[in-house]
Amino acid sequence: MTRFRYFLWGVVGVTAALFGLFAYQLSQPKDEFVESAMIGETIPAFDLPPAVEFRPGLSSANLADGKPKLLNVFASWCVPCRAEAPYLDELERRGAEIVAVAIRDRPQDVSAFLEIYGNPFSRIGSDEISAVQLSIGSSGVPETFVIDGSGVITYQHIGDIRAADVPMLLAKLQEAGA
Amino acid sequence: MRKLLVLILLAIAVPLAAQDSLPPAPYAYQQLDDPALEAKATELMHTLRCLTCQSQSIADSDAPMAGDMRHQVRTRILAGEEPEEIRAWLVDRYGDYISYSPEVSSTTWPLFAIPVLILLGVAFILRGRLRGAK
Repeated sequence: MTRFRYFLWGVVGVTAALFGLFAYQLSQPKDEFVESAMIGETIPAFDLPPAVEFRPGLSSANLADGKPKLLNVFASWCVPCRAEAPYLDELERRGAEIVAVAIRDRPQDVSAFLEIYGNPFSRIGSDEISAVQLSIGSSGVPETFVIDGSGVITYQHIGDIRAADVPMLLAKLQEAGA
Repeated sequence: MRKLLVLILLAIAVPLAAQDSLPPAPYAYQQLDDPALEAKATELMHTLRCLTCQSQSIADSDAPMAGDMRHQVRTRILAGEEPEEIRAWLVDRYGDYISYSPEVSSTTWPLFAIPVLILLGVAFILRGRLRGAK
Protein backbone atom coordinates (compact mmCIF):
# COMPACT_ATOMS: atom_id res chain seq x y z
CA MET A 1 0.00 0.00 0.00
CA THR A 2 2.86 2.45 0.78
CA ARG A 3 4.34 1.73 -2.64
CA PHE A 4 1.06 2.68 -4.26
CA ARG A 5 1.00 5.89 -2.24
CA TYR A 6 4.53 6.79 -3.39
CA PHE A 7 3.43 6.03 -6.92
CA LEU A 8 0.47 8.44 -6.60
CA TRP A 9 2.74 11.19 -5.25
CA GLY A 10 5.01 10.52 -8.20
CA VAL A 11 2.09 11.13 -10.57
CA VAL A 12 1.27 14.38 -8.75
CA GLY A 13 4.93 15.42 -9.00
CA VAL A 14 5.16 14.73 -12.73
CA THR A 15 1.88 16.59 -13.40
CA ALA A 16 3.02 19.59 -11.36
CA ALA A 17 6.36 19.66 -13.25
CA LEU A 18 4.49 19.52 -16.56
CA PHE A 19 2.21 22.43 -15.62
CA GLY A 20 5.24 24.33 -14.36
CA LEU A 21 6.86 23.85 -17.76
CA PHE A 22 3.67 25.06 -19.52
CA ALA A 23 3.51 28.15 -17.27
CA TYR A 24 7.17 28.93 -17.95
CA GLN A 25 6.88 28.54 -21.72
CA LEU A 26 3.64 30.54 -21.89
CA SER A 27 5.28 33.42 -19.99
CA GLN A 28 8.18 33.61 -22.49
CA PRO A 29 7.75 36.25 -25.24
CA LYS A 30 7.17 34.64 -28.63
CA ASP A 31 9.92 35.14 -31.18
CA GLU A 32 8.07 36.31 -34.30
CA PHE A 33 11.15 36.34 -36.49
CA VAL A 34 11.81 33.53 -38.93
CA GLU A 35 15.57 33.49 -39.38
CA SER A 36 17.13 32.60 -42.69
CA ALA A 37 18.76 29.19 -42.83
CA MET A 38 21.07 30.54 -45.57
CA ILE A 39 23.68 32.13 -43.27
CA GLY A 40 27.05 30.69 -44.29
CA GLU A 41 25.71 29.68 -47.71
CA THR A 42 26.53 31.18 -51.10
CA ILE A 43 23.76 33.45 -52.35
CA PRO A 44 21.70 31.60 -55.02
CA ALA A 45 22.14 32.78 -58.61
CA PHE A 46 19.76 35.54 -59.72
CA ASP A 47 19.67 38.47 -62.12
CA LEU A 48 17.20 41.26 -61.36
CA PRO A 49 16.35 44.14 -63.73
CA PRO A 50 16.85 47.72 -62.49
CA ALA A 51 14.12 49.02 -60.17
CA VAL A 52 14.77 52.63 -61.22
CA GLU A 53 16.29 54.33 -64.28
CA PHE A 54 19.20 55.94 -62.46
CA ARG A 55 20.68 52.80 -60.83
CA PRO A 56 21.72 49.49 -62.42
CA GLY A 57 19.94 46.24 -61.54
CA LEU A 58 21.40 43.57 -59.28
CA SER A 59 22.68 40.06 -59.99
CA SER A 60 24.35 37.44 -57.81
CA ALA A 61 27.58 38.08 -59.79
CA ASN A 62 27.62 41.69 -58.46
CA LEU A 63 27.69 40.23 -54.94
CA ALA A 64 30.78 38.11 -55.62
CA ASP A 65 33.04 40.89 -56.96
CA GLY A 66 35.49 40.73 -54.05
CA LYS A 67 34.06 43.56 -51.93
CA PRO A 68 31.80 42.78 -48.95
CA LYS A 69 28.44 44.54 -49.12
CA LEU A 70 25.19 45.12 -47.34
CA LEU A 71 22.14 43.79 -49.18
CA ASN A 72 19.03 45.70 -48.13
CA VAL A 73 15.65 44.14 -48.86
CA PHE A 74 13.11 46.95 -48.89
CA ALA A 75 9.96 48.33 -50.52
CA SER A 76 8.49 51.78 -51.03
CA TRP A 77 5.21 50.58 -49.44
CA CYS A 78 6.98 49.42 -46.28
CA VAL A 79 6.69 51.83 -43.36
CA PRO A 80 9.67 50.65 -41.23
CA CYS A 81 11.83 51.07 -44.38
CA ARG A 82 11.28 54.82 -44.02
CA ALA A 83 12.41 54.68 -40.40
CA GLU A 84 15.68 52.94 -41.26
CA ALA A 85 16.55 55.22 -44.22
CA PRO A 86 18.68 57.71 -42.18
CA TYR A 87 20.71 54.83 -40.73
CA LEU A 88 21.32 53.33 -44.17
CA ASP A 89 22.58 56.79 -45.20
CA GLU A 90 24.88 56.84 -42.20
CA LEU A 91 26.20 53.35 -43.02
CA GLU A 92 26.96 54.52 -46.56
CA ARG A 93 28.72 57.67 -45.27
CA ARG A 94 30.85 55.48 -43.04
CA GLY A 95 32.06 53.42 -46.00
CA ALA A 96 29.59 50.57 -46.41
CA GLU A 97 28.64 49.65 -49.96
CA ILE A 98 24.90 48.99 -49.99
CA VAL A 99 22.94 47.29 -52.74
CA ALA A 100 19.21 46.71 -52.61
CA VAL A 101 16.34 44.55 -53.74
CA ALA A 102 12.97 46.32 -54.06
CA ILE A 103 10.11 43.91 -53.33
CA ARG A 104 6.82 44.05 -55.31
CA ASP A 105 7.43 47.63 -56.31
CA ARG A 106 6.81 49.99 -59.27
CA PRO A 107 9.64 52.17 -60.67
CA GLN A 108 7.74 55.43 -60.02
CA ASP A 109 7.06 54.43 -56.39
CA VAL A 110 10.71 53.47 -55.77
CA SER A 111 11.89 56.77 -57.33
CA ALA A 112 9.51 58.79 -55.18
CA PHE A 113 10.60 56.87 -52.08
CA LEU A 114 14.32 57.47 -52.77
CA GLU A 115 13.68 61.14 -53.48
CA ILE A 116 12.10 61.64 -50.07
CA TYR A 117 14.16 59.28 -47.91
CA GLY A 118 17.54 59.33 -49.67
CA ASN A 119 19.36 56.88 -51.91
CA PRO A 120 22.35 55.12 -50.32
CA PHE A 121 22.19 52.24 -52.84
CA SER A 122 24.71 51.64 -55.63
CA ARG A 123 22.44 49.06 -57.30
CA ILE A 124 18.72 48.31 -56.96
CA GLY A 125 17.16 45.16 -58.40
CA SER A 126 13.42 44.85 -58.86
CA ASP A 127 11.90 41.65 -57.44
CA GLU A 128 8.25 41.74 -58.46
CA ILE A 129 7.32 38.25 -57.26
CA SER A 130 9.59 37.99 -54.17
CA ALA A 131 11.60 35.27 -55.95
CA VAL A 132 15.03 36.46 -54.75
CA GLN A 133 13.59 37.19 -51.31
CA LEU A 134 12.35 33.61 -51.02
CA SER A 135 15.62 32.20 -52.37
CA ILE A 136 17.68 33.83 -49.60
CA GLY A 137 15.29 32.93 -46.78
CA SER A 138 14.09 36.48 -46.11
CA SER A 139 10.61 36.63 -44.62
CA GLY A 140 9.71 40.30 -44.81
CA VAL A 141 10.79 43.89 -45.33
CA PRO A 142 13.05 45.45 -44.28
CA GLU A 143 15.87 42.98 -43.84
CA THR A 144 19.60 43.55 -44.30
CA PHE A 145 22.11 40.85 -45.20
CA VAL A 146 25.89 41.02 -44.94
CA ILE A 147 27.50 39.38 -48.00
CA ASP A 148 31.24 38.74 -48.09
CA GLY A 149 33.36 39.36 -51.20
CA SER A 150 32.80 35.86 -52.54
CA GLY A 151 29.00 36.02 -52.38
CA VAL A 152 28.54 34.11 -49.10
CA ILE A 153 25.80 35.38 -46.72
CA THR A 154 27.46 35.96 -43.35
CA TYR A 155 24.77 37.77 -41.36
CA GLN A 156 21.06 38.63 -41.43
CA HIS A 157 19.49 41.61 -39.66
CA ILE A 158 15.69 41.32 -39.43
CA GLY A 159 13.58 44.47 -39.15
CA ASP A 160 14.53 48.12 -39.45
CA ILE A 161 18.08 49.27 -38.71
CA ARG A 162 18.22 51.47 -35.62
CA ALA A 163 20.98 53.75 -34.34
CA ALA A 164 22.58 50.98 -32.24
CA ASP A 165 22.67 48.62 -35.23
CA VAL A 166 24.93 50.91 -37.32
CA PRO A 167 28.24 50.10 -35.52
CA MET A 168 27.17 46.45 -35.23
CA LEU A 169 26.60 46.17 -39.00
CA LEU A 170 29.89 47.96 -39.73
CA ALA A 171 31.62 45.41 -37.47
CA LYS A 172 29.89 42.55 -39.32
CA LEU A 173 31.16 44.02 -42.60
CA GLN A 174 34.68 44.16 -41.13
CA GLU A 175 34.37 40.51 -40.11
CA ALA A 176 33.32 39.70 -43.67
CA GLY A 177 36.60 41.23 -44.86
CA ALA A 178 35.82 44.87 -45.69
CA MET B 1 -25.63 60.45 -50.53
CA ARG B 2 -23.06 59.74 -53.19
CA LYS B 3 -20.40 61.69 -51.31
CA LEU B 4 -21.20 59.71 -48.19
CA LEU B 5 -20.83 56.47 -50.10
CA VAL B 6 -17.44 57.57 -51.45
CA LEU B 7 -16.34 58.49 -47.94
CA ILE B 8 -17.41 55.12 -46.59
CA LEU B 9 -15.63 53.31 -49.43
CA LEU B 10 -12.49 55.36 -48.80
CA ALA B 11 -12.57 54.43 -45.12
CA ILE B 12 -12.84 50.76 -46.02
CA ALA B 13 -9.99 51.07 -48.55
CA VAL B 14 -7.44 52.41 -46.06
CA PRO B 15 -5.83 49.05 -45.15
CA LEU B 16 -5.18 48.45 -48.86
CA ALA B 17 -3.10 51.62 -49.07
CA ALA B 18 -0.55 50.02 -46.74
CA GLN B 19 0.00 47.17 -49.21
CA ASP B 20 2.00 47.21 -52.40
CA SER B 21 0.34 48.39 -55.60
CA LEU B 22 1.50 45.64 -57.96
CA PRO B 23 -0.95 43.03 -59.24
CA PRO B 24 -0.40 39.58 -57.67
CA ALA B 25 2.10 37.15 -59.23
CA PRO B 26 0.58 35.22 -62.18
CA TYR B 27 0.05 31.96 -60.30
CA ALA B 28 -0.86 33.48 -56.94
CA TYR B 29 -4.59 33.13 -57.56
CA GLN B 30 -4.62 31.30 -60.90
CA GLN B 31 -4.91 27.53 -60.81
CA LEU B 32 -2.83 25.25 -63.01
CA ASP B 33 -4.64 23.98 -66.12
CA ASP B 34 -3.88 20.34 -65.36
CA PRO B 35 -6.17 19.28 -62.45
CA ALA B 36 -3.72 16.57 -61.33
CA LEU B 37 -0.86 19.07 -61.06
CA GLU B 38 -3.13 21.62 -59.34
CA ALA B 39 -4.16 18.96 -56.80
CA LYS B 40 -0.48 18.23 -56.11
CA ALA B 41 0.25 21.95 -55.68
CA THR B 42 -2.79 22.53 -53.44
CA GLU B 43 -1.90 19.64 -51.18
CA LEU B 44 1.60 21.06 -50.72
CA MET B 45 0.35 24.64 -50.23
CA HIS B 46 -1.86 23.51 -47.34
CA THR B 47 1.23 22.26 -45.47
CA LEU B 48 3.45 25.34 -45.93
CA ARG B 49 3.44 28.15 -43.39
CA CYS B 50 2.71 31.71 -44.46
CA LEU B 51 5.63 33.86 -43.28
CA THR B 52 3.51 36.99 -42.84
CA CYS B 53 0.63 35.41 -40.91
CA GLN B 54 2.43 32.59 -39.21
CA SER B 55 -0.57 30.55 -38.08
CA GLN B 56 -1.98 30.22 -41.59
CA SER B 57 -0.93 28.07 -44.50
CA ILE B 58 -0.04 29.80 -47.77
CA ALA B 59 -3.20 28.28 -49.24
CA ASP B 60 -5.33 30.12 -46.64
CA SER B 61 -3.55 33.45 -46.55
CA ASP B 62 -4.19 36.54 -48.65
CA ALA B 63 -0.84 38.13 -47.70
CA PRO B 64 1.11 39.22 -50.81
CA MET B 65 4.06 37.07 -49.76
CA ALA B 66 1.83 33.99 -49.49
CA GLY B 67 0.69 34.76 -53.05
CA ASP B 68 4.31 34.87 -54.19
CA MET B 69 4.96 31.55 -52.44
CA ARG B 70 1.94 29.97 -54.17
CA HIS B 71 3.36 31.26 -57.46
CA GLN B 72 6.69 29.57 -56.65
CA VAL B 73 4.95 26.29 -55.76
CA ARG B 74 2.75 26.25 -58.88
CA THR B 75 5.53 27.21 -61.33
CA ARG B 76 7.86 24.61 -59.82
CA ILE B 77 5.16 21.89 -59.98
CA LEU B 78 4.51 22.93 -63.59
CA ALA B 79 8.24 22.61 -64.31
CA GLY B 80 8.08 19.00 -63.12
CA GLU B 81 9.38 19.28 -59.57
CA GLU B 82 8.01 16.93 -56.91
CA PRO B 83 6.19 18.52 -53.90
CA GLU B 84 8.74 17.11 -51.45
CA GLU B 85 11.61 18.69 -53.45
CA ILE B 86 9.89 22.07 -53.18
CA ARG B 87 9.34 21.56 -49.45
CA ALA B 88 13.03 20.68 -49.05
CA TRP B 89 14.01 23.81 -51.03
CA LEU B 90 12.01 25.97 -48.62
CA VAL B 91 13.23 24.15 -45.49
CA ASP B 92 16.82 24.79 -46.70
CA ARG B 93 15.99 28.51 -46.66
CA TYR B 94 13.70 28.94 -43.66
CA GLY B 95 14.25 25.85 -41.51
CA ASP B 96 11.64 23.28 -40.37
CA TYR B 97 9.32 26.10 -39.23
CA ILE B 98 8.12 26.73 -42.79
CA SER B 99 6.62 23.23 -43.03
CA TYR B 100 3.53 21.97 -41.20
CA SER B 101 4.36 18.39 -42.08
CA PRO B 102 5.93 16.69 -39.02
CA GLU B 103 9.50 15.49 -39.54
CA VAL B 104 11.63 13.29 -37.28
CA SER B 105 14.74 15.33 -36.49
CA SER B 106 17.27 15.79 -33.69
CA THR B 107 14.84 18.08 -31.82
CA THR B 108 11.51 16.36 -32.57
CA TRP B 109 12.35 12.66 -32.02
CA PRO B 110 11.02 12.60 -28.40
CA LEU B 111 7.54 13.46 -29.76
CA PHE B 112 7.61 10.24 -31.73
CA ALA B 113 9.51 8.12 -29.19
CA ILE B 114 7.51 8.96 -26.04
CA PRO B 115 4.13 7.52 -27.18
CA VAL B 116 5.87 4.29 -28.20
CA LEU B 117 7.58 4.08 -24.79
CA ILE B 118 4.28 4.74 -22.97
CA LEU B 119 2.52 2.00 -24.98
CA LEU B 120 5.36 -0.41 -24.20
CA GLY B 121 5.05 0.49 -20.50
CA VAL B 122 1.28 -0.09 -20.58
CA ALA B 123 1.77 -3.47 -22.29
CA PHE B 124 4.33 -4.43 -19.65
CA ILE B 125 2.06 -3.48 -16.72
CA LEU B 126 -0.97 -5.16 -18.30
CA ARG B 127 1.00 -8.35 -18.78
CA GLY B 128 1.99 -8.30 -15.11
CA ARG B 129 -1.61 -7.68 -13.99
CA LEU B 130 -3.11 -10.37 -16.21
CA ARG B 131 -0.57 -12.90 -14.94
CA GLY B 132 -1.32 -11.91 -11.35
CA ALA B 133 -5.06 -12.34 -11.92
CA LYS B 134 -4.68 -15.93 -13.05
